[in-house]
Amino acid sequence: MASIKMDNLHKVYTGGVRAVTGINLDIADGEMIVLVGPSGCGKSTLLRMVAGLETISEGTLKIGDRVVNTLEPADRDIAMVFQNYALYPHMTVFNNLAYGLKNRGFSKTEIDRRVRQAAEMLEIGQFLDRKPRQLSGGQRQRVAMGRALVREPAAFLFDEPLSNLDAKLRVQMRVEIRQLQKRLATTSLYVTHDQLEALTMADRLVVLNGGQIEQVGTPMDVYSRPETTFVAGFIGSPAMNMLPADYLRGTQQADSLAHIPQAADLVGIRPEDFALETPGDGDLILTGTLLLLEPAGAESHLHLKFDGLNENMIVRLPHVPSVAEGQTLSFSVRRDSLHPFDRTTGKRVS
Amino acid sequence: MQTKRMTFSSKWLPYALLAPQVIITLIFFIWPASQALYQSVLRQDIFGLRTEFVGLDNFVRLFDDPLYLNSLNVTFWFSVGTTLLSMSVALLFAVMVNRMIRSRDTYTTFLVWPYAVAPAIAGVLWWFIFNPSIGIMPYMLKGFGYDWNHRSSSTDAMLLVIIAAAWKQISYNFLFFLAGLQSIPQSLIEAAAIDGASRMKRFWTIVFPLLSPITFFLMVVNVVYAMFDTFGVIHATTEGGPAQATNILVYKVYRDGFVNLNLGSSAAQSVILMGIVIILTVIQFRYIERRVNY
Amino acid sequence: MVENNRWGNLFAHIILIFGVAIVVFPVYVALVASTHPPGTFVRGVMPLLPGPNALENYKTVIVEGRSRAGTPPIGGMLWNSFVMAMAITIGKLSISLLSAFAIVYFRFPFRIFFFWVIFLTLMLPVEVRILPTFQVVADLGMLNSFAGLSIPLIASATATFLFRQFFMTVPKELMEAARVDGAGPMKFFKDILMPLSITNIAALFVIMFIYGWNQYLWPLLITTDPEYYTIVMGIQRMVTGGDSEPLWHLVMATVVLAALPPILVILFMQRLFVKGLTETEK
Repeated sequence: MASIKMDNLHKVYTGGVRAVTGINLDIADGEMIVLVGPSGCGKSTLLRMVAGLETISEGTLKIGDRVVNTLEPADRDIAMVFQNYALYPHMTVFNNLAYGLKNRGFSKTEIDRRVRQAAEMLEIGQFLDRKPRQLSGGQRQRVAMGRALVREPAAFLFDEPLSNLDAKLRVQMRVEIRQLQKRLATTSLYVTHDQLEALTMADRLVVLNGGQIEQVGTPMDVYSRPETTFVAGFIGSPAMNMLPADYLRGTQQADSLAHIPQAADLVGIRPEDFALETPGDGDLILTGTLLLLEPAGAESHLHLKFDGLNENMIVRLPHVPSVAEGQTLSFSVRRDSLHPFDRTTGKRVS
Repeated sequence: MQTKRMTFSSKWLPYALLAPQVIITLIFFIWPASQALYQSVLRQDIFGLRTEFVGLDNFVRLFDDPLYLNSLNVTFWFSVGTTLLSMSVALLFAVMVNRMIRSRDTYTTFLVWPYAVAPAIAGVLWWFIFNPSIGIMPYMLKGFGYDWNHRSSSTDAMLLVIIAAAWKQISYNFLFFLAGLQSIPQSLIEAAAIDGASRMKRFWTIVFPLLSPITFFLMVVNVVYAMFDTFGVIHATTEGGPAQATNILVYKVYRDGFVNLNLGSSAAQSVILMGIVIILTVIQFRYIERRVNY
Repeated sequence: MVENNRWGNLFAHIILIFGVAIVVFPVYVALVASTHPPGTFVRGVMPLLPGPNALENYKTVIVEGRSRAGTPPIGGMLWNSFVMAMAITIGKLSISLLSAFAIVYFRFPFRIFFFWVIFLTLMLPVEVRILPTFQVVADLGMLNSFAGLSIPLIASATATFLFRQFFMTVPKELMEAARVDGAGPMKFFKDILMPLSITNIAALFVIMFIYGWNQYLWPLLITTDPEYYTIVMGIQRMVTGGDSEPLWHLVMATVVLAALPPILVILFMQRLFVKGLTETEK
């Protein structure tokens, strides 16, 4: 068990490509941190720097009390789960789990004990004599987890471990990984591009973009108070609607916008913050033409064209309304659900 | 996400790993090859006492030497004959075997093993069959009124070494043609059939053009084989005769170097051969590059 | 599937059976000849049916040899061929595996330079540089030795390239996982890379063994001591040694024994052989 401390980490590839810039992050002992961002944002690179698979160009990385910048991966007391599992195809499941322990000179009995314990925990006990190719995708995923587990390391590193699974298995494994991590209370760093995975699994999540941290916080913090337009657009599905502040100033009563600073020229509204109900005091009222209604069972997505706006807006309702396409609809939006931004800096104001 | 291939880091280990291969290459390949280059511009007197620098004179002399020109000519016909004979027979076999379903593997087994026979042994086998006094082939040819004797007839000797060399190479060509045929999508053949092409027409307008990359590749491989790997065929049978009729370049290099002890000339011939191999290798690699790209 | 018609198939079978007959014929003739007494070959045409002298002929060549023509018993030559073929094969495989490993899994100065040095061997077959290579081997005192028979032939660009190609298809994560699991480069090579390459190694083994066994010019040059004669070159000595007609029954018995080991290797490992052959040319 250990904390991880990243102090001003940089990664510059030969040729000058900057993959990761100025990362400061403290991960507490036992915490589950999820790194999330679009592909190419540097999240995998950062994880691999922690693992020791990429060199650190600048800055200090501590695992526990040790500076590990130049240590080999094997000496960092970490374990990693790879996206394609990276199981040794010629070894049985047992030997896949045991390999790292053998290399560290564990006794046969200790290896046996740990492997069986991990196998039981992951319910792969009956596969110990099989080769990876005889297993299904989900089973392979468990073996990959097991290989990390037996090591009882200071930290787990997950590199998009669920992205090769089908949707149903993904949800199931998501839950299992999170339960396991909570039970073992092992410090974990988890990389994903799937924002739903990030929101559901993280103690805290780190949104990365262009090699830099956009925002760090609990999932609810990040969701309800995105600090940048990038985070606002990336976290949440469908993405947050962005309206020019001047449009609202021109169409809404002044008191419903009183709390929006003058500096704000962009206002975000989440699709689920629109309601078809009668507006209360100080609520905003937005009117638009329905272009398309997408019913999705328990909820529905409405694509709308608002008068005087070029871009279409998306509204999410917790039911399927009986409305017709082409109809004009009026929505109320509570004023405390507005997210004001500065368009040029991309930062939240207020 | 695109990440660069991770590598191990060690200052000395990669050099240690490469050392055996590189040392052997340097001692037994690069050094002799540069010796050949060096000796090709020198000439020794007959007792090996004095050596003088003669520039390109060894090369000039070679191309004035009717024996060398003859050897070039012989090598050309030998390579063309071996390549054509071996490839056409192999293509015929491959097309026929490709029609078969159940018997395909059986035929393949029977057709591949001559690859295992050493060129020298292939030479001896056919030399025996064509032996003018007891051979079965001369006996049969006599029935047609042809008096076979590779000991006196240049044509017969050339035919003998071509047959022996081509026989051994059939397996190789057959396997590549068969692999090529099997990689042609059946739907193309069916489309041509629907378009009303007869079986023969389908072969020449669809199958054969699609095989052309492999055909080209095999041509280069077969020419290389005929030029450099057939030393044993010649040496174990005709020994270049009769009257230089089968004295191919590699055999002549050997004779001039080891029997006639003409170092300068042998070295110059080596240099020319190296040039030919380099050209053929470059052609072969250009082909491979193209195949990788498409 | 476009239907094959019956007559067409029959025609194809006829061609193939005829073809197989041609391909098999020389070796059949050799087998038959090796079973006849010497008198059969004095006059008339060679026999096409087996004779009664098989045991005697094979015993003669294996145990006694032909002292008159200066060839030793071929038992020894077979052994020499086997040792040479194995030395060449194992040597080629080992040094190629190591150098491919270095080229793919390390970055170091002059990497490309070494790559080209190895590549050059493709362009320099023994046959084109015989004399200077012979001189080098003679200067090193390696004439008439197994070292001289094998070492100069074990550099292999083909095998190095094949292993390089294969290593590049091994997912890089396996190497990373091994590093996390505490395996250094050589441990990774031994525990992960070698077991994964086993089919490729076996396929190349077949090709290289045949290559080694069938060496002709090289042993011819560097062995003058009959103790180091190999079987393939020994046949030439039998055919051309002496002024009279060769003793065909003994020559053919030797031919059969010389050709048999590589033929058996191909027949029993046909699939590996085909794989090795077609992949080395990629």
